[in-house]
Amino acid sequence: MRIVFKTSYDRDIDLHEHGWSRAKIAVLLGIMILLPFLVGEYYLAEATNTLIWALAGMGLMIAVGHTGQVSLGHAAFLSIGAYTDAALMNAGLPFLVAFPAAGLVAGLFGAVIAIPAVRMSGIYLAIATLAVFVIVEELVILLEPITGGVGGTMAPSITFFGISFDRYGALQNFYWLILGVVALVTWGYANLMRSPTGRSFLAVRDSEVSARALGINVTRTKALAFGLSSGVTGLAGALMGHYIGFFNYELFSIFISINLLLVVTIGGLGFIQGAFLGAILITGMPQLIAIMRDGLNASTGIDLGSIPGLDTMMFSVILILFIIFEPTGLYGRWLKIRTYFEIFPLARRDMFRRQKSYLKTERMK
Amino acid sequence: MSLLEVKDLAVHFGGVKAVDGVSFKVDPGEVFAIIGPNGAGKSTIFNLISRIYEPTRGTIHFDGRNITGLKAHDIASLGIARTFQNIELFDHSTVLANLLMGRHTHRSTNFVQDILFLPKVRRAEREHRRRVEEVIEFLELEAYRKKMIAGLPYGVRKVVEIGRALAIGPKLILLDEPASGLSVEETQDVAFWIEDMRRDMGLTVLMVEHDMSLVNQVSDRVLAVANGKPLAEGTPQEVQADPHVQAAYLGTPEEDAA
Repeated sequence: MRIVFKTSYDRDIDLHEHGWSRAKIAVLLGIMILLPFLVGEYYLAEATNTLIWALAGMGLMIAVGHTGQVSLGHAAFLSIGAYTDAALMNAGLPFLVAFPAAGLVAGLFGAVIAIPAVRMSGIYLAIATLAVFVIVEELVILLEPITGGVGGTMAPSITFFGISFDRYGALQNFYWLILGVVALVTWGYANLMRSPTGRSFLAVRDSEVSARALGINVTRTKALAFGLSSGVTGLAGALMGHYIGFFNYELFSIFISINLLLVVTIGGLGFIQGAFLGAILITGMPQLIAIMRDGLNASTGIDLGSIPGLDTMMFSVILILFIIFEPTGLYGRWLKIRTYFEIFPLARRDMFRRQKSYLKTERMK
Repeated sequence: MSLLEVKDLAVHFGGVKAVDGVSFKVDPGEVFAIIGPNGAGKSTIFNLISRIYEPTRGTIHFDGRNITGLKAHDIASLGIARTFQNIELFDHSTVLANLLMGRHTHRSTNFVQDILFLPKVRRAEREHRRRVEEVIEFLELEAYRKKMIAGLPYGVRKVVEIGRALAIGPKLILLDEPASGLSVEETQDVAFWIEDMRRDMGLTVLMVEHDMSLVNQVSDRVLAVANGKPLAEGTPQEVQADPHVQAAYLGTPEEDAA
């Protein structure tokens, strides 16, 4: 077990408590930067996709994990981001303008719809966001001059400072661009969570009535959280558009919303790390199933590829098992394993058992 | 001039008159207790002062200002802090984070500055932390600083909630049954803290309490209420000697006969 000797409040304010965890992040970032030299084109494209999903996952995590607002409509913000970015770039604006604008438009849209929506909570909010998703989907089809309607639109190739970041022509550059965006957003997110704004999000999630008593404007806080959430998701949507290249409204289906919700739930609600772990699982698992199936076919001659829906079924079973046996998600499991070894042999099985809140009152509603 | 002045306060939920015509004044530096049987409307008075309920009638003045029309989230910045009868802490955060949330009214940075974590944010965080450490030292919470609320015993949670209210840096603190569910020793600690809040921090305390030994020990004046109506007001001894108060707690001879 590591004991940290603190001599100033800055040790608690810093993102990392000790140099060791700072070094671990640096090593991880180093590996990620060097990834194009370590793996082939196929895996690099997969890693890019995972990073985009992690970005979208972080977006949803702000709303679901840290402010307690469930959203089934986040595919709508992905789509707003993707179409805004593509439309602005097709109109001749550079990526460096169109990309932040995509996040801003998605964020403002999210904040505006949040003002009436955040008065609801739980399942009602989920249904309201689902309605928003349906409206946005219809709007995309109706606004044909901008979105290309049912036919779809093309996300132009990214070039700035004379360097190409084309998804196919310069995949390495495209990967680094996305890695940079993800690193920047992660840093901003971590900063947010150690500041008064992040604490007000957690306060609203855990007890609205005492948040009010502490002077927190609950409606404004929720709208801000939802706006930031949809803004980050909009950025991910823009990148997703570039990653796919040519897309129409079908790319941003309700299944994307549900998958995003799975990313944050399986990854671990309330942990930034959870968005990454969830994204790795969601993007990696179908690939893994496919690889294992091909391996089985090659070694034993059993071809499971002819059975339709088998991949989806296996995927679903794994997810269901996760939700039943590890509700705190992958990151929660990792914390338990780490604690077990850190305080070995003092870990007890009930250490992480969720305690029922004692005497929770209904009187204050 | 009195710090808090409640005049003819009433709130009706449909036909239920939870509070009906309660008036009292709390002077600066005073410990004022509200007592009464279950369902008398004591906590409802607190919820009216902290603007969670909308009064049907009456006014509330704090520091010479009418606060009856304010929103619940405007109350803390005026200098009114409160605790809850059944503990409303942020369960999935540490004690330290809970206390820092109490500093919300003193925040000086907006969310953009927070995301970029400008040097200004760090300076403000150090100041928040320094203030919170004073509260931790006062309430002797050092051992629990980094513990999650969800795993703490009831008595400690109760203290953390008082700490969170103190972190606001209030002029008036509303304590809703600070001793309920506490052991005799813990209740004695609460009594000492209330004394210190008044003497060292210059706070005014308004509390709802059932534990008469605590009320007798710390309060200057007591208001007894029953069925939403005021029964008696005065020193703890005067109020306990009042026949109406005794009747409300013990029943009247006629009722016993029936």
